[in-house]
Parts: sequence; C-alpha cells; structure tokens
Amino acid sequence: MSDAVIMTGRSLRLSLRSPDALLTALLLPVMLMVVFVYLFGGAVAIGTSYKEYVVPGVLLLCAITGASTTAVTVCQDMSGGIIDRFRSLDVPGTVVLAGHVVASLLRNLVSTVLVAAIAVAIGFRPHSDPARLAAAVGLLLLFVAAISWLAAAFGLAVSSPEAASGAMFFLMFFSYASSAFVPVRTMPGWLRGFARHQPATPVTETLRNLLLGHPAGGQLIAALAWCGGILAASVLLSMVLFRRRTA
Amino acid sequence: MSDELAIEASGLAKSYRGVRVLGGIDLRVPRGSVFALLGPNGAGKTTTVRILATLSRADGGRARVAGFDVVRDRRQVRRRISLTGQFAALDAAQTGEENLRMIARLAGLPRAAAGRRAAELLEQFELTQAGRRRVGTYSGGLRRRLDLAAGLAGHPSVIFLDEPTTGLDPQSRLTTWRAIAGLAADGVTVFLTTQYLEEADRLAGQIAVLNGGQVVAEGTAAELKRRVAARRLDLTCSTAGAYEQVSQLLAGRVVHLDPVALTVGVATDGRAAQVRALLDEADPGRDLVASFAVRDATLDDVFFALTAPGREAAHV
Repeated sequence: MSDAVIMTGRSLRLSLRSPDALLTALLLPVMLMVVFVYLFGGAVAIGTSYKEYVVPGVLLLCAITGASTTAVTVCQDMSGGIIDRFRSLDVPGTVVLAGHVVASLLRNLVSTVLVAAIAVAIGFRPHSDPARLAAAVGLLLLFVAAISWLAAAFGLAVSSPEAASGAMFFLMFFSYASSAFVPVRTMPGWLRGFARHQPATPVTETLRNLLLGHPAGGQLIAALAWCGGILAASVLLSMVLFRRRTA
Repeated sequence: MSDELAIEASGLAKSYRGVRVLGGIDLRVPRGSVFALLGPNGAGKTTTVRILATLSRADGGRARVAGFDVVRDRRQVRRRISLTGQFAALDAAQTGEENLRMIARLAGLPRAAAGRRAAELLEQFELTQAGRRRVGTYSGGLRRRLDLAAGLAGHPSVIFLDEPTTGLDPQSRLTTWRAIAGLAADGVTVFLTTQYLEEADRLAGQIAVLNGGQVVAEGTAAELKRRVAARRLDLTCSTAGAYEQVSQLLAGRVVHLDPVALTVGVATDGRAAQVRALLDEADPGRDLVASFAVRDATLDDVFFALTAPGREAAHV
C-alpha cells in the first residue's frame, strides 16, 4: 500500500512537470469547450439548447484526452531503465500502473472542475441537485479510471511513446461516434447501431440526465457495466502484457 | 551452501526464441569482493545479470544470491540487492534528490530516514549541488553517478552493475571507477559486467570471461594474462600479401592482428631461441617480415585469444 502512495506521488510530480501532459489536461479541455459551443454550436440544430446538450459530451471528451496520456507515461516507464529498478525493488507492475492511473484520476478531477467552471461561465446552468452532481462526478471518475487503465495497457502493448500517443486519437473516436456531440438519429444508418451500443453513448446519456436534473435513466446500468467491464478487462490485460514485456 | 559466497550459480542456461544465449554457466563470487564478467557484445552478460537480479528466469540451472534462491526466494533476494543497468534508471523530470528519496522509500525506509539517506548519498557521490536540479539537465557522467548512488539507497549487500561506464567519456569513466572502488571498500559485493579489459583489470579481484554464452576463462587479471603468455612477438610484414601469408602460417597461435600496420602478434616467452624459431616458421623465405618487436602481453591479448571469433579472422 505504501508503495502505491509513493508511486502515485511520483506520477503526479511527473505530470506536473510535463508540459505536454499539463497542456492536455488544462488547455485542451478549454479549447474543446470553445470549439463545440461556439464553432459547431451555431450550426447544430437539435431542437433544444445545444449548449446544454453538448457540455456533458465535452466533459466526456476531456476525460478521454486526459486519461489517454497515461499510455505515454506507461510506455516511457517501460522503455527506460526505471522499470527494472522498480522490479528489483520488488514493486509489482500493477502498483506502478496504479500510480499512473490514480494520478490520472486526480489530474482529471482538476480539469473536470475547470471545464465545468468554464461551462458555467459561458452560460451552462445545470438544473440538478448535489446528489445527482455527485453521482455525475462519480460516474465520470469511474469512466476516467477505466480509460486510464485501458490506456496503460495500450502503453504496455506498443514499443514507443510516439506510438502510445496514438491511443488518444483512437479513443477520441469513440466520443465522436456517440451521442456526445450529435444525436445518434442524425447519423447515417450504418453507424447508428455502433453509436448506440458502444460505451461512450450510455455514459454520455447518463451524465446528461444527471447534470440536467433528470432521473439517471435506463442507460445507467449499461454505463456502469461498460466502465466496470473495461476497467476489469484492462487490469487483467495489463497484468498479462506487463509479464510478457518483462519476461 | 556456503555463507562465504555472495553469488553462486550453477549451470545457468537461457534461450530467447530458440537462440541459446547462455549455455550453462557456473559462477562463484565471494562475499565482499568485486567480480567482473568480461565479454564482447552479445556474450550474454546482461542476461546473466538479469537472471541473478531476479528480473529474468533461467531455463536451466540454479542460482543463489545473498544466500537465497533467485527463483524461490525472489523477494528475499530483492531486499538485499540493487541493480544499475545500462540505461539510467531515473526519472528525468524529478531532481536528483527526489529520485534518491523515492528509491530509498521504495527500498523500505520511512519518509524521514529516506530524506536523510538521500542527503547522505548526494554528499558521498559529490552530487549535493546537482541534487537540486532535474536529472534531465545532467550530463551522462553525472547521471551515471546518481544512478550508482540510487543503487545504494536501500543498503544492499550485493550490487549489480551492468556495463557501468559504457558510453562515458574518459573523465567520467575515471570518476565512476572511483565511485565503484568506494563501494567495494564499504564491504558490499559488487558484480559488474564490462566490455573493457582495463576496467575489469582495475576494479575486479576476480574476472570471468564470457563469450557466446560460455565462461571461457576465469581467474585474476594476472592469472588470465599468464594463461596466454607473458610476452608477445609482433611481426611487422613487408607487404599486404606477406601479411596474409604470415597470418596463415601462424594461424593457430595468432593473438594480435593489425591489418593496417601489417602486424601479426604471437605469444612467446621471450627466449632468443624461441623467437628465432618463430621467425623462421613465419618467414621461411626471409622476405615476409620487415621488422619485429617483443612486448609484454596485455589483457587485450588474453581477451583476443579467448574470445576472438576465430583465428579464422587470420584467413579472411
């Protein structure tokens, strides 16, 4: 347990000192919010306020971009000598990865608060109550944990940090092809089936309901199942990959 | 099993994807000594270190380090060793001091003690100034020194150093050598790998020469030198053609080849009769050898004699 605390402290320090990670965590969310609300927002007519519609989507996209940098940090650890030192100090691989994931959670908590503050500043008014807001934050963090651990597995699977940074683009695609930015019904027929049944849609829908003060809705179970499933599968996968990388 | 041995390995074997990297090697390293595993690139040095440091598992054979089996009692071994590899095992974005503190804490020291240990090591390795800067700004030599210091954070009794000076400039190499000699003086056992004979000669009491996954010779530097011959006869040939002929005539005994200077070296004890006989043998027509010199054998000669991918090189 104390190893996990030390590793988390290390990962946090590393993210605070990496200009890339900081930009991704702080500047990118702000830019995404501006792009979607002011650039695309004017052109998208969905019947309700697009601002209200898109803010949960932007929160999700920010979570994805913030969490996916975990792939790069994990890959850097694996390609340098440090992982051998950790192993010879008897620090299990899972603990090294957990340090990065927890740091990613904390980083994303900060950037989520930032994005939310900007959303409020530009006129987003969540009609919600503290319980639902807390539930929304909880769901978002579960999603961040799942994506971070998935990114960690990706970082173990590829051989260079450059390749690992590709994880972000791959994962971002899931938010675009979901109900995060446009309703699924406006998509071409062949895409709808995928868009409805991939993880980003139930997570966005549930977030939207919670933030707008509606009941969580029927997608809550699917959202939790996806996040839990991705998290569990990624933890197992990363254990296998770690063993293979260090054999 | 004797408590006098810090490292004891028998029949260590390892293959990667069907390629045999270690062909069953035996090693015995007494407690408190400096031991060098000397060999060219690809000889299996890093593989040996990784197996002994519990990071890799041998396909065959057994090893005990600090009194514990490297497979069965892996955790016990890890508590007593440290490994400094070829690539600096440090975080570039943390300062030297932060790196040391982190490693000391992972080695089991409480927070305050880890801070004290870090300060102590920075002083011991003359890094107190540099300790405040991020490692990313360090020169290669500075980084290596910090890496060595990091290996000591948890008071290990056996230290593995994998090619500690590869890629360093001569000045940093000297500094690193001093640091390693200092470790040995503290009573820890040092197991180092190197491609440099001079390094093994200077630091290690005992040397094992590894080539193609086999220990081809073992002993002190002096013993190894004696195994080949005390002296070397260098024959400088008159033409490139003569050089070819002489190296073929002496094929089995060549210990030194310099195709640029057209010099062929063979072992000799330096007696006039033997030198005369060698000259006759190498140059029956008395037109191939332009000049000769008798010199003391270096560890390079030993290395060449034991590991050269062949005296066939003489025929190429």
